Amino acid sequence: MTANQPTLSVESLRTHFFTRAGVLKAVDDVSFTVSAGQVLGLVGESGSGKTVTGFSVIGLVDPPGRIVGGRVLFKGEDLVGAGEERLRRLRGDRVAMIFQDPMMTLNPVLRVDTQMIETILAHDPAVGRSAAMERARDALGRVGIPSPDERLRAYPHQFSGGMRQRVAIAIALLNRPDLIIADEPTTALDVTIQGQILYEVQKLCRETGAALIWITHDLSVIAGLADTVCVMYAGRIVESGTVDDVLDRPQHPYTAGLIGSVPSRNRRGVKLAQIPGMTPSLLSLPPGCAFRARCARADDACLAEPPLVIPSPGRGLRCFHPQADAR
Amino acid sequence: MSDAPPMLALDGISQRFVKRLDVAARIANLLGAKLKDEVVHAVDRVDLAVRQGEVVGLVGESGCGKSTLGRIAAGILAPSEGRRRWRGKTVAEMPAAEARAVELKVQMIFQDPFASLNPRLRVEDIVGEAPAVHGIVAGGERDAYVAELLRRVGLDPGFRRRYPHQFSGGQRARVGIARALAVKPEFLVCDEAVAALDVSIQAQVLNLFMDLRADLGLTYLFISHDLGVVEHLSDRVAIMYLGRFVEIAPAEEIFARPNHPYTAALLAGIPRLDARKRRFEPVKGEIPSPLNPPPGCHFHPRCPHAIPRCRVEAPALKAIAPGHWSACHLNDGK
Amino acid sequence: MTAEIVPVAPAVETPFRRFVAEFCASRLAVAGLVGLSIILLVAIFAPWIAPQDPYDLRQLDVLDGRLPPLSKSMGGKTYWLGTDDQGRDMLSGIMYGLRTSLLVGVGSSFFAMLIGMAAGLTAAYVGGAIETLIMRIVDIQLSFPAILIALILLAVLGQGVDKIMIALVAVQWAYYARTVRGTALVERRKEYIEAARCLALGKSRIVFRHLLPNCLPPLIVVNTVLVAGAIALEATLSFLGLGLPITKPSLGLLIANGFAYMLSGKYWISFFPGVALLATIVCINLVGDQLRDVLNPRLQK
Ligand SMILES: Nc1ncnc2c1ncn2[C@@H]1O[C@H](COP(=O)(O)OP(=O)(O)OP(=O)(O)O)[C@@H](O)[C@H]1O
Ligand SMILES: Nc1ncnc2c1ncn2[C@@H]1O[C@H](COP(=O)(O)OP(=O)(O)O)[C@@H](O)[C@H]1O
Ligand code: SF4
Ligand code: SF4
Ligand SMILES: [Mg+2]
Ligand SMILES: [Mg+2]
Repeated sequence: MTANQPTLSVESLRTHFFTRAGVLKAVDDVSFTVSAGQVLGLVGESGSGKTVTGFSVIGLVDPPGRIVGGRVLFKGEDLVGAGEERLRRLRGDRVAMIFQDPMMTLNPVLRVDTQMIETILAHDPAVGRSAAMERARDALGRVGIPSPDERLRAYPHQFSGGMRQRVAIAIALLNRPDLIIADEPTTALDVTIQGQILYEVQKLCRETGAALIWITHDLSVIAGLADTVCVMYAGRIVESGTVDDVLDRPQHPYTAGLIGSVPSRNRRGVKLAQIPGMTPSLLSLPPGCAFRARCARADDACLAEPPLVIPSPGRGLRCFHPQADAR
Repeated sequence: MSDAPPMLALDGISQRFVKRLDVAARIANLLGAKLKDEVVHAVDRVDLAVRQGEVVGLVGESGCGKSTLGRIAAGILAPSEGRRRWRGKTVAEMPAAEARAVELKVQMIFQDPFASLNPRLRVEDIVGEAPAVHGIVAGGERDAYVAELLRRVGLDPGFRRRYPHQFSGGQRARVGIARALAVKPEFLVCDEAVAALDVSIQAQVLNLFMDLRADLGLTYLFISHDLGVVEHLSDRVAIMYLGRFVEIAPAEEIFARPNHPYTAALLAGIPRLDARKRRFEPVKGEIPSPLNPPPGCHFHPRCPHAIPRCRVEAPALKAIAPGHWSACHLNDGK
Repeated sequence: MTAEIVPVAPAVETPFRRFVAEFCASRLAVAGLVGLSIILLVAIFAPWIAPQDPYDLRQLDVLDGRLPPLSKSMGGKTYWLGTDDQGRDMLSGIMYGLRTSLLVGVGSSFFAMLIGMAAGLTAAYVGGAIETLIMRIVDIQLSFPAILIALILLAVLGQGVDKIMIALVAVQWAYYARTVRGTALVERRKEYIEAARCLALGKSRIVFRHLLPNCLPPLIVVNTVLVAGAIALEATLSFLGLGLPITKPSLGLLIANGFAYMLSGKYWISFFPGVALLATIVCINLVGDQLRDVLNPRLQK
């Protein structure tokens, strides 16, 4: 393993769903990398393929979905070909996932301490029970849960939504994973609670040096949290780069439109710069650029598929007519 | 304030939801258990006056009573206490016909674009039913009326024979708006009307609200948990915490000079597009359960400035500047 | 001015087509539907396709009694499924029996549904003491075995198609009431009902035009189960001699008639009506199960 090898490198990943109504290309030629200690923000509107991308990385795509191409290199090891057993060992140990609904992680009928100790022992049986208990208590304290001793003996339903999400995060972080994939974990929570969780996650990543993929539809969260950002539209990453580059100097018309749509970016009472139309159905995508029907810059060139270009180091773009520094 | 009575006024509104003990609990009480009816003070003595043409934003966290207050304002829910006045007249004391007319004047736009449309009716019936029932359009003109409304909210009138599930979320939101507009309302209560929509679609619907305000002179009570949306749209903003208003002020004022510690914490906590790689500094603590809210100032367990008095005495809303009201004991010292 | 017109919505399959496609996803359910259709057709057209009118005593010949399947009659006709003790052609008997059984089952379920729907909707929308009263009656009734209630009622009312239908309605309305109330309570809280109230629409308009149609899908499922249940219950009652008069044999009565001859090797008098009854109930349940899966919103995408 070389020193500057990224923790995760996804190359031309394609995940398709073979539904009765046709083939749905939920993830189509997606590439990105995250290094240790880095936060990658994955933004896009609903149905753009963010969740499926996250699931594909950890091998959780269920039929009729299937990874049909590309590689997922986790510290150099390709996870696409890896067996179910290997993936299961990685999940919850080296790679952790946090879901929008914390009950995806938590078992409603088991006490929190049981679940946490089981997670620790499942991946490292050498740790004794009391040491595991100690670690569980630590983990709860670290995500900001007051009086962790009491809370350890509670059942998930005895927690509020924000607390539950924190417990799920604590469990995800128990084994100090190298990679954390967080799929809209704060979307269902209140602003003050979201603030608390962002704070804890930020602190933990800084401390443990884990690589973090933060999936969200909220550009503002990404702005405050991420180092790099990938903007997804209709299963593809249309623009990527550092947060400052992408948010301050968007080149893809979709990114620019999205930023213009955020109310706090606009003057009070003035109409928002809206993107016309709506997200296309992935089942009936016309050939060429998927954003064509909504794009003000579209012309005949856009009838072909825009290839991935690298306009400057560290950036990626899929557009024939990028906007030069529109601000 | 001008002499004309406000368009819609809520005076001393309280709403209690009582969950009565079931039979088993009552039997347990006979045997000595001291179980009580559970009472939620969803709204606790709130006053609100909305002037004609104004947009009032209502912000607060989940469970603080925004929707309950919105439903009271829209007349769907009768408050446990308090009066609702329309242009100065108490609605509860109006004759039935007049009260019904007021009911139509105040319409509500709902959050869930799926649940708020009857899945078994065509769009033309969803939009056209109420105006036909109330004699706002004659039978023969209904089609044209519906087509005009759909065009008004940015939908192709050719869609009018479709069912709700054949629309995207943003289009459904538009259908819901057309349904409300069909009875020629003057006041719209929007309860998280854009919360379920994608950012780009949300911008379209917000623009539609602004167009409607400009064209039809509508007045809004705009409920949202999203400060950015409220800031963009509202003239005045009310901040709610656990059933009470903690601060109410003109929008510029409240975003520039928040007075109440809770408002300040909310504003500091929201992620912003231009705040990069920031360190999030959260409000500590959890939102307390409305079943047994903290005594005194509801916010005191989370308040960084709390003083002993806050634990025993609830602060009253007081004017701290023209049009700027805040409920915090700290203002008394000034 | 007018807002920008949003371009066309995605082309979608109609709900009906999607429903059909999803229903057909299970071959077993399609087989059940085919079977059920055949059974229904046979029952409806029995007077035209049955080789014999089993109720017409002039067509019966006691000398043909208890003939095994495939035997020839005196008149040269073939009794495909044999005959019963009165020389009645079993095949014709089953066709007419199906007719009676289905009539009783479907008819009583229909009336039970009407009554249960009214009770359930009232309970859900009015609430308060009326709701408590209705639901307590339902609870009490559902805690007794259905057959017991039916037996008591029939003992009081006597025999006859109308009597047994009354008994079945009395047994089944409570299931409908409970289902309708459950769904209506959920639907009533949905925002479209609030929207209708906000638009000052009348109470009965809200209940019948907005609430009721949205409570129907679960009813369809319950309905299939209860029709099968009614048919089985009627057969049981007739078998016990409490149901239909001997002049109007249903499947249950046919089985009962042949039961005495089972041990003497004349299996067909009971066996074939039993098969018909079983096939009917299995087909209804297959269709019902699939309907439940297709209509269940939680399983829907
Ligand atoms: N019908 C009801 N019966 C009992 N309690 C209720 C009822 N409706 C609301 N409540 C309670 O009243 C309080 C305020 O509810 P409300 O729906 O107004 O909150 P909200 O501010 O709109 O929250 P959200 O942002 O989650 O929509 C909550 O504690 C809620 O549980
Ligand atoms: N199990 C599934 N079967 C069929 N299509 C699916 C399935 N899961 C996701 N999809 C489709 O894949 C696309 C991307 O979904 P997703 O990654 O969940 O979007 P999001 O960006 O909102 O997380 C959507 O069009 C969605 O409908
Ligand atoms: S490729 Fe063409 S249609 Fe696509 S975003 Fe660029 S300019 Fe618009
Ligand atoms: S009254 Fe006291 S506790 Fe409440 S906000 Fe003011 S300082 Fe904080
Ligand atoms: Mg998702
Ligand atoms: Mg609400």
